[in-house]
Amino acid sequence: MKKIILVGGAVMLLLAAGFQIAWSNDEEGDYEGKGSLFKKTPDVAPVQNKTYVDECASCHMAYPPGLLPARSWQTLMDGLSNHFGDNAELDPATTAELSRYLVQNSADSSNYRRSKKIMRSLDNKAKPLRISGLPYIQNKHDEIPQHFIKANKQVGSLSNCIACHQGAEQGSFSERDIQIPGYGRWDD
Amino acid sequence: MKLSYRVLLWSVVLASSGTGLASASPAVDTLLEQYRQQGVTAFDAMAGQNFWVQKFNPSGAKQVRQCATCHTANPRNTGKHARTGKPIEPMAPTVNSKRLTEVKEIRKWLYRNCKWTVGRECTPQEKGNLLIWMQQL
Repeated sequence: MKKIILVGGAVMLLLAAGFQIAWSNDEEGDYEGKGSLFKKTPDVAPVQNKTYVDECASCHMAYPPGLLPARSWQTLMDGLSNHFGDNAELDPATTAELSRYLVQNSADSSNYRRSKKIMRSLDNKAKPLRISGLPYIQNKHDEIPQHFIKANKQVGSLSNCIACHQGAEQGSFSERDIQIPGYGRWDD
Repeated sequence: MKLSYRVLLWSVVLASSGTGLASASPAVDTLLEQYRQQGVTAFDAMAGQNFWVQKFNPSGAKQVRQCATCHTANPRNTGKHARTGKPIEPMAPTVNSKRLTEVKEIRKWLYRNCKWTVGRECTPQEKGNLLIWMQQL
């Protein structure tokens, strides 16, 4: 009888501990490779501004603001007339609203795990304008053969995050969720 | 339907398409009126269609550019951004009811896309032609 109570108690403690870990409100997300038991934790703050989606996701995916430092977003917003070769100009009020949203939610203002890692990979003077050119992003993708990306018609370039990271706009880039179009899961 | 009624119906449709009255969108009506104020006397849907597939070579362009480059030759189709590959919903309001309903949106995209495709802003005549053509598809 005592044994049963002891074993039962131990099991309950273990379960309680397990639940604690699973349900913890750690906004930084899980450790590399390990998933949380019950929910997908975002690595970057999800995109949550309707104007941003309406205006900035017509031609490409809605890049989460937490992927670049504020100074980069400001420069991009100041140069919309030549946005990587295209004219993406907006009226002054919308430009101001979106600049505010991006700067307030930029990587240097974020506690989310990948935003912090991105900032750590940059020196203070760097003002990268391409997310795909960030040292952190380059490192993360350096093992991927080109035929998965550039030569893959459904992907095309590293700037098309959402092609393989379908949860990108929700801030989720977990390696386990990667689905490369035409190939399937990323098998390390 | 009686032949005479058919004749009447078609002549109304044809006549109104020439003057741009076929449009059912207040946004397009507003813009067409603006273009008339700017000196346009008549809109031409056929010219709009030709403009859509006309080949342009603006300075700085590596390749020939057309509206069709991203939107395909038929605005009823889903298009694809020439650079990012992102799908572009059909332009024709008969297929995509959200299109051509907001003056601000129409102005924004005509401004940007004429500059990219043609190398300059489209004239009021060109814009009007495009709009009435697109509404009739």
